[in-house]
Amino acid sequence: MVSLDWYVVLSLIIFFIGMFGFLSRRNIIMMLISIELMLNAVNISFVAYSHYIGDMAGHIMVFLIIAVAASEAAIGLALVILMVRNKETIFVDGLKELKW
Amino acid sequence: MLNQIIFGYFAVTMISLALIVITRKNIMHSIVYMLILFFHIAGLYLFLNAEFLAAIQIIVYAGAIMVLFLFVIMLLNLREELRKSRFAITWPIGAIFVVLSAVMIIISVFGNRFANVGNVKISDIEKVGHTVAVGKLLFVEYLFPFEVASLILLVAIVGAIVLAKKEIK
Repeated sequence: MVSLDWYVVLSLIIFFIGMFGFLSRRNIIMMLISIELMLNAVNISFVAYSHYIGDMAGHIMVFLIIAVAASEAAIGLALVILMVRNKETIFVDGLKELKW
Repeated sequence: MLNQIIFGYFAVTMISLALIVITRKNIMHSIVYMLILFFHIAGLYLFLNAEFLAAIQIIVYAGAIMVLFLFVIMLLNLREELRKSRFAITWPIGAIFVVLSAVMIIISVFGNRFANVGNVKISDIEKVGHTVAVGKLLFVEYLFPFEVASLILLVAIVGAIVLAKKEIK
């Protein structure tokens, strides 16, 4: 039997890898993929806690998170298409209109 | 002992795949590695007695979301972007923030212990099947969040079309 702590450690490591990817990459599609990575890490931790505590609410939560992640990817990619059409770049440091 | 070996395989593969995903220069490669990572996450769900979630993970994430990403990347034609640097100049600041929040979250997660508060046994789920168990809970106790999720999906459909369509003169 693998103890709960190992699942939590695994989920935390993947979450922080995703967080680092979000904060360091310039490419906006890579930032969206990093968000998906972070959501998946949270899902792992939900399912593990749900299994070890003995309550199925975590499974419902994972179901809802997957639905929200799907809609987030659709909206995010629509915004990426809009950005490439208007700014001709896919790098987030190309957007500097709000800089003083 | 077998459990530990399987979990160790999943953990090592998933962490190395995640590292590969965020460091590839070509986004197409990182999406393919991400697909392999999603299949491993589905395997981990099977390991935790959540068959329905494993199926949903493969169908929705691998089948829908990642294919959407692939289509958008093929549409955008990003050849010339491959020659530029992949990390922003400010990436050390990002690393500092990651380390600080890691310290904070690790302290708060491992400082609290949880007791066995639920009354759902693994044998109960195995008796009726995981899909039936999730479905009963979803349509009886969590009906309102389910309806809100359907509304969010509707908003996403309409919003994606409105944002990405061309202006008609």
